[in-house]
Amino acid sequence: MELQQGIFILMGLAMIIAAVLAMHVKDLISSIIAVGVVSLFASILYLLMQAPDVAMTEAAIGAGLSTLVFLYALHKTKDVEEEND
Amino acid sequence: MIKRIFSAILLLGFVFVFFIIVNNIEEATALKGVGKEYAERSGNQELGAQNIVTAIIVTYRGLDTLGEVAVLFIAATGIAVLLRRKKKKIDPGKKKRESSEILLTGSTLLAPMIIIFGIYIFLNGHLTPGGGFQGGAVIASAIMLLFLADTSYKINHNVFGWLESLSGFAYVLIGILGLVMIGADNFLDNRILSLGTFGSILSAGAIPVIYTLIGLKVGTELASILDNMKGDLE
Repeated sequence: MELQQGIFILMGLAMIIAAVLAMHVKDLISSIIAVGVVSLFASILYLLMQAPDVAMTEAAIGAGLSTLVFLYALHKTKDVEEEND
Repeated sequence: MIKRIFSAILLLGFVFVFFIIVNNIEEATALKGVGKEYAERSGNQELGAQNIVTAIIVTYRGLDTLGEVAVLFIAATGIAVLLRRKKKKIDPGKKKRESSEILLTGSTLLAPMIIIFGIYIFLNGHLTPGGGFQGGAVIASAIMLLFLADTSYKINHNVFGWLESLSGFAYVLIGILGLVMIGADNFLDNRILSLGTFGSILSAGAIPVIYTLIGLKVGTELASILDNMKGDLE
């Protein structure tokens, strides 16, 4: 039980660090990856807390699809910036 | 300066509210309220589903699931309307680099397996964790892999659109069948089909059918969201 609590706290800390990084990193791509990392750790936490259904959704949508959507959005806005130059 | 003081006061207010909430949390040792009711009813195998979560999501709270599907549909439609753009003329000199042979072969080998895994997840929704939404998201991630690996990959919009519309239509139709066959307050009841043997793949009445439809709908919808986001850039 003690070990499990330690893992929970470590993962929670990693999530908080990744979330703060996502806000403060200059490079937007690194920021998007950091958001994905938050989702990944969240899904592992859900799995450890006996919620495999939610963990699956979080891993597939949070860590996978939404990261790609963010990347595409970044790509599109860059394109518009280039057009305006 | 006033701005700073104001945000500090706001922050303290949040700390106060959250402190009260966190301080009063008691670890639940037993189910109560609606959760208890649903867990007891599905524990008695009223619906024949081995996975209680699925029994609650698809049947007892089926209307909520229908609402979620509708929300996703509206989101996908909104993205399609907003991001529809005229095709850009691709400058032949600016053509993108082709993906490498290893990446292409690897992704085309992996994608069918991921799709089959997604189908497995939603077909086993009433037995093991997972279900329509999860399976659909896994299927969409296979298509995401193809998009990423092969820049010229295109999905067939006709097939995807029809599949999405038909599965949504059939989902509502099954819900109305519950009203007709079981009783006036049984929208989306799974007992319109026989419950079968508890724990086998063809059991729990209409739950596998409903989850197959939801899986197809969510998968095609998420894939078309990705396709619209990708646009005609590459």
